[in-house]
Amino acid sequence: MASYLLIESRDPYDSNDVWFCCDLARQLAEQGDEVTVFLVQNGVLPARTGARADGLSGLSKAGIEILADEFSLRERGIPSDRLMAGVKPAPLDVVIDRLASGCKAIWH
Amino acid sequence: MKALNIIETGYRATLEEQDDPGVWLSYTLKAAGGDVDVLLRGNAVNYAVKGQDSTGLQYGASRQTEPPRLADNIASLTSKGIVVFIVSEDLQERGLEGVPLVEGLTPVTRSGLARLFDHYHQVWHW
Amino acid sequence: MADKKTLAFALMDPPYENARSTTALRLIHIAAKRGYDINVFAYEGSVFLAFAKQKPHPNAMHGRNVEEENHVLTKDLVSSLMEETKRNGGRFDWVNCGLCVDERGAAEAVEGVRRGSPGDFLKMAEASDNTLVIGTRG
Repeated sequence: MASYLLIESRDPYDSNDVWFCCDLARQLAEQGDEVTVFLVQNGVLPARTGARADGLSGLSKAGIEILADEFSLRERGIPSDRLMAGVKPAPLDVVIDRLASGCKAIWH
Repeated sequence: MKALNIIETGYRATLEEQDDPGVWLSYTLKAAGGDVDVLLRGNAVNYAVKGQDSTGLQYGASRQTEPPRLADNIASLTSKGIVVFIVSEDLQERGLEGVPLVEGLTPVTRSGLARLFDHYHQVWHW
Repeated sequence: MADKKTLAFALMDPPYENARSTTALRLIHIAAKRGYDINVFAYEGSVFLAFAKQKPHPNAMHGRNVEEENHVLTKDLVSSLMEETKRNGGRFDWVNCGLCVDERGAAEAVEGVRRGSPGDFLKMAEASDNTLVIGTRG
């Protein structure tokens, strides 16, 4: 069983490739890998409550951890009480933590 | 250390660079002794299409004499022993089924990517 | 440091063009504070992150002169990250891809940055506990 950190920097309003990260996260979880999706930059935009969040909303139901960079959220005026269910704010340090622990990290 | 290089963006700076920087890097890492394979996805699957032609660019009196030959570059990866995976659905979406492609590519489906990634120590998305 | 790690980063984006270069430097800063050994391979436009000839400028829209605007220069951030790493007991190696430097005329880099090749990135990746590639988009 491997651990993966999928860093999603893209958003569904500017890119139609965000399904890649969501699909990959689901597949990895299904085959028994540990997966975290870490939203950063505009990747946090669909995490705002009420936003069109193609794919993201299904991930937490699949038991996949979804974190959002605290700075990226603050930069875009998304308070933590306005995050969609299943998304938790987290410091960017988590990425370094996971790299240090040997997670396979893929930037998207 | 086995690494998989994902190349997704197509035709970014390829005319100025005279190749694709992700493809070039993969070739060079292999030449330096690295154990790397390549996954073409997204618009980069079009690099495998035979018959691409970007000759003839001219800016004032400056002519580009060595335009990119992207399909040849993909072929040079396989001839160097790099396994080049290509996402089947990305080919289909772009109407590339039945279009002549570089030989020696290894198709992979989107649903097969997670299994593929598990075979590599590192997965690098350029 | 019992839990000291060595991390490698490969970058592609030049400064002042998109958010990826900022996030990359933020990540390196976190590693620097921890005193990790840090290896950076700057590929393509990211060779300009450490370009020594960057200069600040005023901003009329902000109503600020050069000093007041105090514009961020990524070359200074790179130098600061080097110092921060060393201050915390880590080693810092920043390699600019030589061919990328040549075609861009970006040879003048801040002190501590060296010229290299993808072979250096391979060595960095093999010598590091983990590697993060932050690719570009076009």
